[in-house]
Amino acid sequence: MLSPGRYFLSGNVAVAEASLLAGCRFYSGYPITPSSEIMEHMAARMEKEGGVFIQTEDEISAIAAAIGAGMTGTKSMTATSGPGFSLMQENIGYAAMTETPVVIVDVMRGGPSTGQVTIVAQGDVMQARFGSHGDYENIVLSANSVQELIDLTIRAFNLSVMFRNPVILLSDAELARMIEKVEISKDIENVDFNQVKIPDVPEFRPLGRGNKLAITGLTHDERGYPITTDVNVHRTLVTRLVNKIKNNEKMISDVEIINPEAKNIIVSYGISSRAAYPILKKRRDVGLFRPRTLWPFPESKAKDVFEDKNIITVEMNLRGYDLEVERVARKYGSKNFRNIKIIGGEVPTPKHIMEVLEVN
Amino acid sequence: MEFFDFYRKDRWPHQFCPGCGLGTVMNSLYKAFSDLNMDLKNTVFVSGIGCTGRVPGYINGDSVHTTHGRPIAFATGIKLARPDLNVVVISGDGDLFAIGGNHIIHAARRNVDIKVIAVNNATYGLTGGQLAPTTPHNMITTTSPYGNKEHPFALSELVAAAGANYVARWTTAHPNQLVNSIKTALTTPGFTFVEVISQCPVNFGRRNKMGDPVYHLRWIKDHSIPLSKVTFDMKSPFDFMDIDFKGIYTIGEFVKRDRAPYGKTIETENNILRPPKE
Ligand SMILES: Cc1ncc(C[n+]2csc(CCOP(=O)(O)OP(=O)(O)O)c2C)c(N)n1
Repeated sequence: MLSPGRYFLSGNVAVAEASLLAGCRFYSGYPITPSSEIMEHMAARMEKEGGVFIQTEDEISAIAAAIGAGMTGTKSMTATSGPGFSLMQENIGYAAMTETPVVIVDVMRGGPSTGQVTIVAQGDVMQARFGSHGDYENIVLSANSVQELIDLTIRAFNLSVMFRNPVILLSDAELARMIEKVEISKDIENVDFNQVKIPDVPEFRPLGRGNKLAITGLTHDERGYPITTDVNVHRTLVTRLVNKIKNNEKMISDVEIINPEAKNIIVSYGISSRAAYPILKKRRDVGLFRPRTLWPFPESKAKDVFEDKNIITVEMNLRGYDLEVERVARKYGSKNFRNIKIIGGEVPTPKHIMEVLEVN
Repeated sequence: MEFFDFYRKDRWPHQFCPGCGLGTVMNSLYKAFSDLNMDLKNTVFVSGIGCTGRVPGYINGDSVHTTHGRPIAFATGIKLARPDLNVVVISGDGDLFAIGGNHIIHAARRNVDIKVIAVNNATYGLTGGQLAPTTPHNMITTTSPYGNKEHPFALSELVAAAGANYVARWTTAHPNQLVNSIKTALTTPGFTFVEVISQCPVNFGRRNKMGDPVYHLRWIKDHSIPLSKVTFDMKSPFDFMDIDFKGIYTIGEFVKRDRAPYGKTIETENNILRPPKE
C-alpha cells in the first residue's frame, strides 16, 4: 500500500490506490475506456495486498461478484464507464434492496450508447441516482481533482459500510488521465462494519458465520423471508431503505461553498467546476456551491446559499443536475436560472461563465 | 441430520405445485448433505430467479436469492472472497442457460470452485411455462403455441466442453444416482455441475399431454438412456437432446477430471509504487 507522503498520480491510478488504502480487498471488473487503468492497476496490486482480483465476462458479473464479496463482509469495488454502468443497473438495485455495501466507480464518457469513447462528459449524473428500477436511494459522490478522487474513494467505502448501501463515485475521462500532485495522509480513517450505528440501518451480518441468513431481492421481512403481496411489508421495507439515506442527508452531504453571500451562485461539480475558481478570485459578487455528494441532494447546505439568488449551473450534459438544483433553489426563493451546458468533450472554461455573467 | 434440520420448518408449506420435480431435488439435496455429514454453517446456497431459485430460501443455512441469470456471478464473488466456504448454486435451466448462459460457460472455463445443480424442466416454470432454451423441438409452450421451431441446448455437454471438473446428468426418475452425483459434485474440487431433468406437470406437461405427474415422470424415464448404452449411430450428443417425442436424454457422468481450480497467482508482498526519495 502507498505509505503516507506526496505522489504524482493519474486519476485512475489514484482511485485504485485509494481503494486499497480504504481496505478494499475484492475487485471485479470488465475493461472499458476510460476506466481500464483502474482495473489494470488493481490487477497488478490487489493480490499483493492479499485481496482478490478477477476479470469477469461482463459488467453484469463484475457488479454481481463485487456484491457477492460484499455479502461476506469484504470491502469490494468495481469500476466502469457508460455502457458498463448501464449494464450494472439491475444489480445496483439488488445491492440497495439487500443492503449490501459495494463501491462502484463510473468514469464518465460521452454517451448515449458507445458515444465518445475517450471523451469527457457528465451525462451519467441522473442515471447514477435513478438508474435502477423502483424506489431506492444511492449515495453518489463527485470529485474535481485527483486528490479528491483519493479522499472520496475512501469516503465511498466508509459510507457504503455505514449505510449498508451501494455508493457510486463519479470520475470522468479527463480526471482519469490527469496527473496531479496528491498527498496521502497518515491518518486515514476506515470505518468497519457495524462500527457506526445509524438509525434505520440494521446490523450487518456476513455470510458464512452461521447466521442462517436469508437474502433476497424480493420484498422481505426482517428475517429476510420473502413476503411480496403484503402492502405493509413492502411499505415498511422500502420506506426504511429510502429514509436511511434521505433522513441522514446532513451527515452524508459534503459541499464546497465559496462566497455564499454573493448574488450570483455557480452550481457545478466534478471537472466542470474547475472553471469557476479563476472567476471567484476576481469577483466578490460570484459564489460557488459545489457538491461532492451529488445524491442525496445536499439540501440542508443549500438553504442559506440559494436564498433569492441568481443561479448559474455549469455541467457537461444537456439535461442533468440543473433539474434538481432548480427544484431546490425555487423552494428557497431563487427565480433567476441560467444553465451552461456543454457537451462533445469541451471542458467549460471561465470564459463560458463570464459570458453568462456579463449578460446580467 | 433430520429433514427439518436441513430445511427451515418455519417456511413450510413450500410454494411448489403438486407433482413438481423440485420435491425430489430437495430430498436428494438433503440426502447428499446428510450422507456426507456436511455442515450447513460452512455452506452458502445461491440461486437466481425461478421456481428452482426458491429452493435455497427453504434451506436452514445461508441462502442468497440473487437476480435472474446471475447466481453464478454472485457465487463467484462469494467463493473468491471466502475460499473456505462451500458455495452451491441451485437454479433453473432458463436462469442458468438463457439469461445467465454467459456466466456458466465462463465459470466452467475458469474452473471456479463452485457446485451447480441445474434443474432442467424444459420450460420457464415460474413465469407460466414459456419457451426455454431447453424446450425440446416441436413442443408446445405459451410462447411457442404451434410448437417449438428451435432446438434445445445440451446443457451437460455444453458445460463439459466449457471445462468443468465434474459433469453429470440424471433425472427425477433416478433419485439414487442423483444423490450419488450430488455427493461427487460436492466433494470434487473445481467447477462441478449436476443437471436434473425434472417434470413440470402444471406449466409444461399440461400443454404437452403430460399433465399427470406420474405419466410425465415415466415419460422422462422412458426417454433416458445411460451414456454407456449410447451407440455410435446416434451421432453427436446434440442429437440425443433433440427430443420430438422420439428422442432421448443421455444420463450418467460426462466428465471427471482434476484441473486446478481458479485461485490466486501471487503470494508475495511487493509494492510497485513507493514515495519518491527525498
Ligand atoms: C431480468 C429478468 N427478466 C425476466 C424475469 C422474469 N423471470 C422470472 S423467472 C424466469 C424464468 C425461470 O425459468 P427457469 O430458470 O427455467 O426456472 P423454473 O421456474 O423453471 O424453475 C423469468 C423469465 C426476471 N425476474 N428478471
